[in-house]
Amino acid sequence: MIQPAKPELVTVNIDGQEVEVPKGINVIEAARMVGVDVPHYCYHPKLTIAGNCRMCLIELGMPAVDRATREPIMDEATGKQKINWIPRPQIGCGTNVSPGMHIKTQSDMVKECREGVMEFLLINHPLDCPICDQAGECKLQEQATGYGRGYSRFIEQKNVKPKRTQLGPRVVLDDERCVLCSRCIRFSQEVAKDDVLGFVDRGSYSTLTCYPGKELANNYSLNTVDICPVGALTSTDFRFKMRVWFLKQTNSIDTESSVGANTVVWSREGVIYRITPRQNDEVNDTWMADSGRILYKQVQSDDRLLPAGSLADNLAAASALLKDGGVAVVGSGRSSVEEQFFTARIAKQLEAKSCIVARHGEGDGILVSADRNPNTRGALVTGLITGLPATELTELAADIDAGAVKTVLVVGEDLTAAGLSADQLAKVNIVYLGFHANATSAAAKVSIAGLTVFEKSGTYINQQFRLQKFASAVPGLAGATDDRVVLAQLLAAVGGETTGSDLASVWSALSREISVLDGLAYAQLPDTGLLLDSTAWSGLAFPEGETLHYQPATAEATA
Amino acid sequence: MSFKTVERRPLSLAERTYVPQILSGMKTTFKKMVKPKETLNYPEARPPIPPGYRGVPTLVKDPNGREKCVSCQLCEFVCPPKAIRITPGEIPPDAETAHVEKAPEEFEIDMLRCIYCGLCQEVCPEEAIWLQNVFSVSGYTREEMVNDKKRLYELGGTLPDDHYKWDKKKAAEEAGNPHH
Ligand code: SF4
Ligand code: SF4
Ligand code: SF4
Ligand code: FES
Repeated sequence: MIQPAKPELVTVNIDGQEVEVPKGINVIEAARMVGVDVPHYCYHPKLTIAGNCRMCLIELGMPAVDRATREPIMDEATGKQKINWIPRPQIGCGTNVSPGMHIKTQSDMVKECREGVMEFLLINHPLDCPICDQAGECKLQEQATGYGRGYSRFIEQKNVKPKRTQLGPRVVLDDERCVLCSRCIRFSQEVAKDDVLGFVDRGSYSTLTCYPGKELANNYSLNTVDICPVGALTSTDFRFKMRVWFLKQTNSIDTESSVGANTVVWSREGVIYRITPRQNDEVNDTWMADSGRILYKQVQSDDRLLPAGSLADNLAAASALLKDGGVAVVGSGRSSVEEQFFTARIAKQLEAKSCIVARHGEGDGILVSADRNPNTRGALVTGLITGLPATELTELAADIDAGAVKTVLVVGEDLTAAGLSADQLAKVNIVYLGFHANATSAAAKVSIAGLTVFEKSGTYINQQFRLQKFASAVPGLAGATDDRVVLAQLLAAVGGETTGSDLASVWSALSREISVLDGLAYAQLPDTGLLLDSTAWSGLAFPEGETLHYQPATAEATA
Repeated sequence: MSFKTVERRPLSLAERTYVPQILSGMKTTFKKMVKPKETLNYPEARPPIPPGYRGVPTLVKDPNGREKCVSCQLCEFVCPPKAIRITPGEIPPDAETAHVEKAPEEFEIDMLRCIYCGLCQEVCPEEAIWLQNVFSVSGYTREEMVNDKKRLYELGGTLPDDHYKWDKKKAAEEAGNPHH
């Protein structure tokens, strides 16, 4: 792995403590590094600085130097260099650290500033907390508690602004709650590149609104809900569904494309309520696409394959069919690395041809790539496939027509969608494993109900060859079995070498047998993933175009 | 272990006759015979319930008949034995109370779990849940012991409101804040 260059450090003094922080970061980030909270609303690490909320005010000083001689001016009393404190408070978000800078975050002036800012922000705030979805994760609540005055002096009538405005198909706006931080506006301009939001009117009548005739409908609109520090922007899907303090957070990966955006799945008592992005500066920053946030609905979708018969019976029937010979294996680019590993081994054991089905869409250049399988790279790494997959299984179709294939083991794919006809399906015995019912599972001799990504754990390899893990957020459908376990048992049933199906044993086998995974273990994988050595596949012309933090390898490879 | 032998004193003559003991017992009996009755013919007669009594938790409406609960789920969160279970819901935009936006779709309190602590009443920001004067609950099944939203409003009825918070909010919305 290539180590990133060490950043240049500067020494600053935060609340009397000398600390070394990377050059060029702002005071909020510098303070965060030493565990000092500088409250803020408008600053967001992945957006430009606006400096309009004034919550991050701090006191700033620079060591004094004689203008003429450039000699440091010493303070006789302490024997140290004198500090020239700027008489007025400065904003921490818009101030970058420089050598020798002195910062006070706890002085009386700073405290009074914060109380003042909080008081102004709350003047026209509707105090909607009981009916506001942001309650529990609201910066206004947190900072009113942490830095507010604690009581209100405002007896006049509050301003009235539009409430319950549908800004777009997925976002609801409550203008009374807005603190005018402009994060949502900057996000729309800078990241989504869909400049539809803006402020109208002045002073305390300033109102966030959508450009007339437009709506906030882009595929990244829900990120504005995430970054809105208050409850002004809320998600239509999540609105009034559940209080956030009841929700359990589980780290997961967005499976909609090979970008592999890092996500958090929020669930309560086995029911998923929402998916939000998780910060990974190498993959998705703090964003994710709206289309990836509704994938949790597959857990309770109508087309789930319901378990039928006992697993032991199904496995016996499946292995009888498979051991009969003439097998082809259709794996999946949606399976985890572990599952693909077992699929590849089953194929090897049965001396069967293996393939996966490619799924292409248009990349949006941000966080949805052209390859709509989350784990095509995993299939390459595990040896399930050796070249790039095709969207149509023409070779399999030809083999079936020629009578060379008697049984097809299908993992999660619908063969009719991959170009096979119903007649061709009828000619072969199908063993299907997956979580959704489709034409293939209907035609299957044996179909085994599996789990969705939210119900199992494992890893994916994204377009950067970054190995990323996901964990099960909710218990699996009753009677369904983890695909990894099913495949491991199927491998054992067809006479393959058995390794345990738990993640630790699978990973000891993976690290033993696959050279690029050498020395890795599931439990040790960092939350932000691990970049693998991809030189072995550098010659392949992957379909992805440029996305956030991803450049296609070489021009001629993509041509 | 060390122990101490307690010396048993022999009974006196008066004690052996048993007369003083009988007399002192009869004194109590006759005294109570002429005193006013202290027990109740429960369940026909019911005790007066003092204000602030913590009986069965109920949901109440305000004098205008608006359901006060906005399903903020704070009571569900605070309830120590997890007796409360709320399904939040949205008030449709064409309803009369549309400005309140949120109301419970379902609200259940499991009276087999409730410990009558009153924390739900204390935490409620809308003064919507009250422990009132019902103190005796019974049922033949576990399901019967779960009060659903309908039953909770039956039990709760209407309570006077000091604030009319949402009515004021609506009035302000309609009048608006005079511009400039
Ligand atoms: S809606 Fe939210 S993010 Fe947008 S300006 Fe208002 S407070 Fe900021
Ligand atoms: S009285 Fe206490 S135990 Fe009973 S529902 Fe309320 S909070 Fe829960
Ligand atoms: S009863 Fe009160 S605390 Fe409980 S959900 Fe309703 S409004 Fe909230
Ligand atoms: S965070 Fe610095 S002004 Fe808003």
